[in-house]
Amino acid sequence: MNVPRPDRPKVFQPQMPASWWLKHPKYFLFMLRELSSVFIAIFLVVFLVQIAQLPRGQEAYIAFVQKFNAPGWIIFHIVALLFALYHSVTWFEAASKILVIRRGERRVPPQVVTAIGFGAWGALSLVVLLLFLFLRS
Amino acid sequence: MSTKRMMEPFWWALFGAGGTVAALLVPIHLVLHSIATPLGWVSANTSLFGHPLVKLYLFGLISLPLYHWAHRFRYTLYDLGVKGMRQPIAVLCYGTAVVGTLATLWILLRV
Repeated sequence: MNVPRPDRPKVFQPQMPASWWLKHPKYFLFMLRELSSVFIAIFLVVFLVQIAQLPRGQEAYIAFVQKFNAPGWIIFHIVALLFALYHSVTWFEAASKILVIRRGERRVPPQVVTAIGFGAWGALSLVVLLLFLFLRS
Repeated sequence: MSTKRMMEPFWWALFGAGGTVAALLVPIHLVLHSIATPLGWVSANTSLFGHPLVKLYLFGLISLPLYHWAHRFRYTLYDLGVKGMRQPIAVLCYGTAVVGTLATLWILLRV
C-alpha cells in the first residue's frame, strides 16, 4: 500500500486586471471614494505647512496664504473640496449601514442615522464658521 | 503574526475616527483656510492658533484623517493587485501617518 500522496491543494488566487475599477460605474465611484482620502490628506499637509509659517509672524502666514490665490492652487483646492464633500456624503451613508443603534426593541432606521450624521456635519460646520468669523481677540 | 492581528483593530479605530473627523470638519476648514482666505473674502485671526484648546483641536483635525488615508490607501493598493508586498505597504502607509502625527505635534508646539 504505497499510495502517492496527492499534491497539496493550491490556494486559489483570482487574477484581476489592475484596471478592474474601470469596468463598472460603481467600481469607479468606489475608487473615487478611496481617492478622496488622498486629497483630504494633501489638503491637511498643506494646511499644516501654512500653520508652520506662524512662528515667523503673521506677515509670513499671510504671504504664504496669498500664494494660494493663483489659478493652479484654486483649482486644486476646489477639486479637493469636491472630494471632501464626496467623502462626507459616502461616510454618513456607510455609517448608517455599520452603526446599528437600538431604541428599546427597535432598530433606529438607517435613514435616521444618516440624517443625524448630515445634521451634525451641518451644525459643526456652522459653529466653525461662526467661531472663525466672530472670535476676535 | 499575532501582533499584526492585534494591531488591526487599533488601525481600524484610528481609520474610523479619522474618517469621521474628515467627514464632519474638513470641508468647512478647506473652504475657510484654503479658498475664502486666499481670495480675500475673510481673514483668519492668527492669534487663535496659539490657544491650547485650538492647538488640541488642530492636532486631532490634522493627524486623525492621516490614518484614514493610510488605511484606505493600503487597501486600495491591495485591491489594485500589488502582490507579495502587503507587509511593507502596511508599514509604509501607517508609518507615514505616524510621521505626520509627530510633525503635526512638533509644528503645533512651536506655534
